[in-house]
Amino acid sequence: MRKKIQLGVLLLLAVVLVLLPKVSPFFIVFVATEILILGLFATSFNLMFGYCGLLSFGHGAFFGTGAYVAGLLLQHLQWDFIWVLAVAPLAAAVGATLIGWLCVRLNEVYFSMLTLAFGMMVFAIAHQWRSVTGGSDGLAGFPLTEVGIGLDIVLANPFHFYYLTLLIVALSLAAIYLLTISPFGLILRAMRENTERVAFAGIPANRYRLYGFILSGLFSGLAGALFATFSRVAVPEMSHWTQSAEPILMTILGGSQYFFGPLAGAAVFLGLKTLITSYTSEWMIYLGVILLGMVLFLPKGIFGLLERWLGGRT
Amino acid sequence: MTMPFLEVANVTKAFGHFVALRRISLTVREGRTTALIGPNGAGKTTFYNLLSGRLQPSEGTVHFCGRPVSGQPPHKINKMGISRSFQITNIFSELTVLENVLVALIAHLNLGLRFWRIVNRDKKLAARGMEVLERLGLGPLASSRAGTLSYGDKRLLELAIVLATEPKLVLLDEPTAGMTPEETHAVIRLLRSLAAEGKYTFLITEHDMNVVFGLADHIFVFHHGELLAEGTCEEIRAHPEVRAAYLGEEVD
Repeated sequence: MRKKIQLGVLLLLAVVLVLLPKVSPFFIVFVATEILILGLFATSFNLMFGYCGLLSFGHGAFFGTGAYVAGLLLQHLQWDFIWVLAVAPLAAAVGATLIGWLCVRLNEVYFSMLTLAFGMMVFAIAHQWRSVTGGSDGLAGFPLTEVGIGLDIVLANPFHFYYLTLLIVALSLAAIYLLTISPFGLILRAMRENTERVAFAGIPANRYRLYGFILSGLFSGLAGALFATFSRVAVPEMSHWTQSAEPILMTILGGSQYFFGPLAGAAVFLGLKTLITSYTSEWMIYLGVILLGMVLFLPKGIFGLLERWLGGRT
Repeated sequence: MTMPFLEVANVTKAFGHFVALRRISLTVREGRTTALIGPNGAGKTTFYNLLSGRLQPSEGTVHFCGRPVSGQPPHKINKMGISRSFQITNIFSELTVLENVLVALIAHLNLGLRFWRIVNRDKKLAARGMEVLERLGLGPLASSRAGTLSYGDKRLLELAIVLATEPKLVLLDEPTAGMTPEETHAVIRLLRSLAAEGKYTFLITEHDMNVVFGLADHIFVFHHGELLAEGTCEEIRAHPEVRAAYLGEEVD
């Protein structure tokens, strides 16, 4: 019964997302694209946070890496977009391997602090290495290429880009979901509770954490590449700690213990942000108060609330 | 086969100036249920931590079936065939009872990186997990969340996680601590029948002398970090120093 409800909701969501551009104005499609991309970012962040119990405060590093590599490839090599989308996440995964290798040995707040430090290091590189990254101006004005493999998609067309994003995000979420229900996912969930016990059962715990971190970085990089193409810029702020904080907020809002929690959180976060900015430029204050209330009164996020309404977990 | 099963040679463990274990040398024989007793602070848990890789000895060596244990990380020691339980119940409360055992099975069968498999649909894996649970009488609880189990069942689940990796040597740290007398009896019976199967060799620390004398073929007595005595139950019961140091208040 419960499974059927979930499947039904998911199908309904898919129909709404597919039909959205037919019925809503350009502006809504624009916001929806952003929600999908940052929802993917938050979901990949949550692979470490919700499933593995490690709060990364530096995922902006991988989002930013994906964004810059995409920007650079489009600017200098004009590769077909499909190859840009293949290479940019790999670059982020390489970054995640280096950073993760050092970070996964640490626990709790020490892990968070070290990821924060590495995140700010990537930000500093993006900010300082002017000849490559364009400094504080970032990369802008890079051309949008063909998608490649014979697909007749115009990236500059927001509706086309929306559908492309929807497809890529859906495939990525499916891949991440399969990860979470694989034996690997079970080991991650066990490590969230008790890493040492997992090690004493014969699993090289730190190596598994690193694998999780690399996969998380890979999909964050994919989100970054999409975002740079979407916003037509790659700027240092994309790897700033404030960027790293966004998936944390979204995940807490939606519920870290639920696969679709981060995506729902992204929708609420960006929805509120869009709504409030249309009234006042001081949106941060209002959003802050709302977020504070939600964190205080909905400790398990929106999904936790839904679950309570629908009557307990089974 | 003259290769010793578990051989501890001259092991010392110091924390700064405090010497927790001093020049311990002992051999555990395969197939013989061995108990490790001693008052609190005698060094039993430290000794377990050395055997399972949580700590490294300051001096001396530990060999298991001829291979060095000291210097290896916990997961490698587990793969060599030594698995331990913990004094404080150490299960995965948010996972189901079956999932708790599957974690250990996945580790044992090296399935952790089969990203494309779906763990809940793997009937073979589930069947193996259920086998372990049923052996310990936890079968009916398989789909309960582990955190909701009674204390005694949690301890049994702890044992199930240990056994699922099919160890040759099982280190149990006070397996009946905090249990009711009935639960304690059930655990003794269970351990006895497991030992009789001949698959596992148990090394047990225990405070409860009834448990020790009811189970052990061979006993080591630790006192102030040193090996005070070893022998059969009768020998230990009769040992004057052991009686003075430890048993005095507990046995007759």
